[in-house]
Amino acid sequence: MSVANAPVDNGVNVEALLGVRSALADTPDIAQFRWRATTSWLRGTHSQSSIETFYGFGEEQQHKTTFTYDADHPLQFAAQDNGITPVEYVLVALGSCLTAGIAAVAQQRQIQLRSVNATIEAEMDLHGILGADPEVRNGFSGIRVSYEIDADASQKDMEALVAQSQKRSAVYDIITNPTNVTVKVN
Amino acid sequence: MPHVPVAIVGAGHCGLAMSRCLASRSIDHVVLERGEVANSWRTERWDSMRLLTPNWFSRLPGFAYDGPDPDGFMTAAEVADLIEGYAADGGAPVRASTTVRAVRPADHRGYGIQTDQGDWTADAVVIASGACNVAHVPAVREALPPQVTSLTAADYRNPAQVSEGGVLVVGASSSGIQIAEELLRHGRPVSMAVGEHVRVPRRYRGRDILWWMDAAGVLDERYDEMDDLVRARNIPSLQLAGSPDGAMLDLNALTGHGARVLGRLAAIRDGVALFSGSLPNVCALADLKLGRLLDTLDAWAVESGIDVPEPPERFPPTVVLSAPPLEVDLRRGEIRTVIWATGYRPDLSWLELPVVNARGRLVHDGGVTRFPGLYLLGMPFLRRRKSTLIDGARADAADLTEHLAAHLDSLARHGQVAATR
Repeated sequence: MSVANAPVDNGVNVEALLGVRSALADTPDIAQFRWRATTSWLRGTHSQSSIETFYGFGEEQQHKTTFTYDADHPLQFAAQDNGITPVEYVLVALGSCLTAGIAAVAQQRQIQLRSVNATIEAEMDLHGILGADPEVRNGFSGIRVSYEIDADASQKDMEALVAQSQKRSAVYDIITNPTNVTVKVN
Repeated sequence: MPHVPVAIVGAGHCGLAMSRCLASRSIDHVVLERGEVANSWRTERWDSMRLLTPNWFSRLPGFAYDGPDPDGFMTAAEVADLIEGYAADGGAPVRASTTVRAVRPADHRGYGIQTDQGDWTADAVVIASGACNVAHVPAVREALPPQVTSLTAADYRNPAQVSEGGVLVVGASSSGIQIAEELLRHGRPVSMAVGEHVRVPRRYRGRDILWWMDAAGVLDERYDEMDDLVRARNIPSLQLAGSPDGAMLDLNALTGHGARVLGRLAAIRDGVALFSGSLPNVCALADLKLGRLLDTLDAWAVESGIDVPEPPERFPPTVVLSAPPLEVDLRRGEIRTVIWATGYRPDLSWLELPVVNARGRLVHDGGVTRFPGLYLLGMPFLRRRKSTLIDGARADAADLTEHLAAHLDSLARHGQVAATR
């Protein structure tokens, strides 16, 4: 069987990523990125956000197409359920960020992935957003992520993979650490 | 102005190891020392501090420990005495009470050295003034409310110096865990802010962990063999204490003594300290890393066929509260003192040559800077994993002496130095 010797391919171009890192040594400014989205209210709690451009590598950049996202609240909130709730987008962001990290780290560690599935759950107490109890925060009281991974690796190696992915995850950092947010009206 | 082929800045173990290596090649030099030999061991350590490495491991060029307690841990004063004795035995040409004010390129050749006891020129300068001159404190300190006292690990001396009441120790590497343990022993309520750390047992399978790491070659791993040298040079110090009883001082032990373990201190906002939610992951990373180290050591033991007193052992995972608090209000009086055990940095403010890059990191190739004849010693992972340990100075000083001698030879060949050797 030649399968054991097949090159590991998780579809991540690790060389390119490492190339960027070494390029940063000479031109640290190219590391400065700015991500942006626009959001327009439609009706009720329904809004649509678009993402098309970002700034990075020293110039304006463009996604290959404009992506749009509907957000709303479910019927149980007397809303129209035209899209997932904003807090669910946070789960999407965390799950996709950690999973991308797992693929990248696995590629670098020469671990072939066959399947990676995450379940992300977060607890929230509605007393917070409804203003019914000042002691309860608006946001999640906790987030739990559970991974099922099928890969050519030991349990320990997979745990290390998932731990390293958290360590290098932007969304994990954004969620676990405070961030200054400024909102103004023009 | 006197000229000397080599000037060494700092008469600690590194500078004196270098001096010994140069002397063995009859290379004329001076060792410039701001205070007395081993100054920082006499003046910049907390009272109860012991060396993290066992006595037998304090090896220097031409010196090996032959005292009665090879497995013990020296107090800071004993380390200072050892270094002083080493300087005296070797007749090191130390100029004590000589503070270097500036090192800069000289007009014609080599370097000009300005000191408070007169100026020198030298063909080569070896910076051995230490990697831990100043406590590094994160910018978040600025936001501490005024009722909280702020102290660094470098300022800390003993519990009597710390006001009654709660203490927040920021950092869980070697300094942080030892200070936390001492304060807990003196009855202070201690909270710890914990980021990335390196968990290791003091003893493993009946031997000191440094015996293992030394014997298995882990401490000899070279800087030019590292996949990620930036990371290797920034790894926090081992979670170790020179505890004579050989007890493991990890987060579980501190929790057992009553410490409250919190996440990394991420911010202080309106007087409220905010802690990262990443605590479970930094603990998982440390546990996994410890497991890999022990796997390496066990595999080495099998391969080398040595006789080990005890069988392999694995340590229970770090216990983390299911929902550790994410904020502590520093204005309520629960925390009276914050102790910053967040690392140290060298003070090279007197060096008028750009040896740091735009990100403030020292740029060197195993201690060889891009300025011919200018060398660094004793920095993290300078040439080996053990470069900041006393034993690390031995091999590093020998390597750099080799390089430095070749540099002087090449100057001589080009007629820039009249027979200095």
